[in-house]
Amino acid sequence: MSHLGEDVGRLLCLDGNTGGPAMRWQRKATEVTSCNNSMNVSMNKSLNRSHNASAIGSPMRALNQSLGGSKTPGKKTPGKKSKTPTRTPSGDRFIANRSTTDFEVGNFKMLNDLKIEDEDVLSPSKLEYRRVMNENLNGHAMNSKILSFKQAVPSAPEGFQNNLKVLYSSTKTPGSTHKTTRHIPQVPERILDAPDIMDDYYLNLIDWSNGNLLAVALANNVYIWNATTGDIQQLLQLEGPDDYVSCVSYIPEGAYLAVGTSSGTVQLWDIEQSKKLRTMSGHAARVGSLSWNSYILSSGSRTGNIHHHDVRSADHHVATLSGHSQEVCGLRWSPDGRVLASGANDNLLNIWAASTSTDSSPLYSFTQHQAAVKALAWCPWQPSLLASGGGTADRHIRFWNVNNGTCINSVDTKSQVCSLLWNKEYKELVSGHGYAQNQIVIWKYPTMHRVTELLGHTARILHMCMSPDGSTVISAAADETLRLWKCFANDPHQKKKSAKPKMGSLTRVQNIR
Amino acid sequence: MAATSSANTITLKGSAEIVAEFFYYGINSILYQRGIYPPEHFTMTKKYGLSILVTTDESLKSYFGSVVKQLEEWLTQKIVQKVVVVVSSADNKEEVLERWQFDVETDQNVTVDSKPKEKSKSDIHKGIVSVIKQITATVTFLPLLEVPCTFNLLIYTDKDLETPSSWEESKPFLIGNSEEVKLRSFSTSIHKVEAMVSYKVQDDD
Repeated sequence: MSHLGEDVGRLLCLDGNTGGPAMRWQRKATEVTSCNNSMNVSMNKSLNRSHNASAIGSPMRALNQSLGGSKTPGKKTPGKKSKTPTRTPSGDRFIANRSTTDFEVGNFKMLNDLKIEDEDVLSPSKLEYRRVMNENLNGHAMNSKILSFKQAVPSAPEGFQNNLKVLYSSTKTPGSTHKTTRHIPQVPERILDAPDIMDDYYLNLIDWSNGNLLAVALANNVYIWNATTGDIQQLLQLEGPDDYVSCVSYIPEGAYLAVGTSSGTVQLWDIEQSKKLRTMSGHAARVGSLSWNSYILSSGSRTGNIHHHDVRSADHHVATLSGHSQEVCGLRWSPDGRVLASGANDNLLNIWAASTSTDSSPLYSFTQHQAAVKALAWCPWQPSLLASGGGTADRHIRFWNVNNGTCINSVDTKSQVCSLLWNKEYKELVSGHGYAQNQIVIWKYPTMHRVTELLGHTARILHMCMSPDGSTVISAAADETLRLWKCFANDPHQKKKSAKPKMGSLTRVQNIR
Repeated sequence: MAATSSANTITLKGSAEIVAEFFYYGINSILYQRGIYPPEHFTMTKKYGLSILVTTDESLKSYFGSVVKQLEEWLTQKIVQKVVVVVSSADNKEEVLERWQFDVETDQNVTVDSKPKEKSKSDIHKGIVSVIKQITATVTFLPLLEVPCTFNLLIYTDKDLETPSSWEESKPFLIGNSEEVKLRSFSTSIHKVEAMVSYKVQDDD
């Protein structure tokens, strides 16, 4: 008993501050002893088991007990984990950042050092070969230092999904649906075959004249489909082996068709007589877009230049607008002929005044689209309102007031916008799309509620046109079909309403008498 | 007269500034276009006659602030060889999915005090615009980044540069099985920047 008391007393004396945490040097020391200790104890135990309290065991136990009196880890039973560094001690140890360490080069350098001694044995040519190989294989690694900023970049918020996914997965077009009382057939009224139609976003291959003739360019041919009778007639075939028709556009009056070709020429054709009137050259690359403004025909080329042609005079080339650096794929004169809108693959939408001075700059240059601007449409009832749609990387329909150059509204459609059309009767906007659903969407303007979606095309829609009476939309797609959608059928109810007031005013006149 | 001459010439300092600025806008474009951060964290700014989306995230802004400043300093010292944006999976940073490499070539004869070189600002901007537009257009051919991603910026410098305290040495983060696409380049006549993107080829199985 006294023996034990003496022991405890000595221990208390030795490390007085058993209450607080031990000093670092103490911890270090105890770690070592506890290590030894636990080993001893386990040895002890095993020995005990076999020898049953042998002579070797007792001094060990005494040591164990005496240490156990103080608050050292030695007190712990050997079965439990001792205070060996399971937790990484901080501060006094260098820990290499494994994720940024280049093990391959490190390994190479180590091995390379070992081989240095045999360098003098090698011939100079071999040495040179080795140097060159070394440079080729390791390149930069040998003569440069790669540094990265230590501060880690913030991570994207939890649950954030890459918005590009919409490009590859089918997503519903956003925007609330609008209940409509009008019946819109969900299937095309008619499907026409369009073999060999060029699957090229940057061309404009169909146009519908006010004489109800649809011009379709298929590879190097132009066909005229008479929408009234259904007759098909071939208008022209280009001679060159690699030539193709890149654009067709009717004059608004309807009798003449302008045809742009891959060789950069613009041809004028008389539809009634199926006769070529003239060929206008000037562009250095293919003509992908055309637009008429009375006797001025504007053509946009792959070079980014827009030419104005006066189709009446022999010297047809009257002006060049160079505001784009890449292919012009959308070109539209405003209905009043005051301004020209042009969209190109350089993601710009330019608005030009109708002057024929050559070196003019655009009135406005809109840079908001993040992809090529092909779809352009002027609102027929609201002057100076322009709708434009962007390509795959953009997917927005934007509305512009070209009087003051402001963006009025923009809608993310979640799909490439290939074409836009306005419908005057119902004050609606039609947009043609590409991946994923290749759909046509009808929007109510200006609320931009979705009226309906027309599905059916199996590949992206390339071009759209509206019939002269405004009742039918035709869409040409990369699945080599043309589909006619009768989505704006004349409303007999509305007809009656517009007819009634006339009757009323007549009767009123009669009543006064 | 002095104004016209300064508009058509360029000094080393000015060139470094332009190139560093290009990296700011270029890397922001990559982050936006590749969907590494949500689009609502970006705002449209006008630059080079384009609308470029730059981040509004405070921590990312401060990151760019220090990185671009350091980059400009190194560009002035003519020791930058490459700038690389490594896009890797957020869960496993070892899994590199995309690597945007900008090789920087510096005219070593130019010093801070040497005579400015002839080169108009609009010409330089034209080159920068074409590179940034190509970054925008890459969406059409680069594979979709399916997993949440993060990025890392590597700067290749001369070997004898002493590493600053806020930087550390790194490995090149090369992609083993990759497809490479060379993009356009631009030059300030002092610094020439050549862009390239390599991306991981997806296995078909």
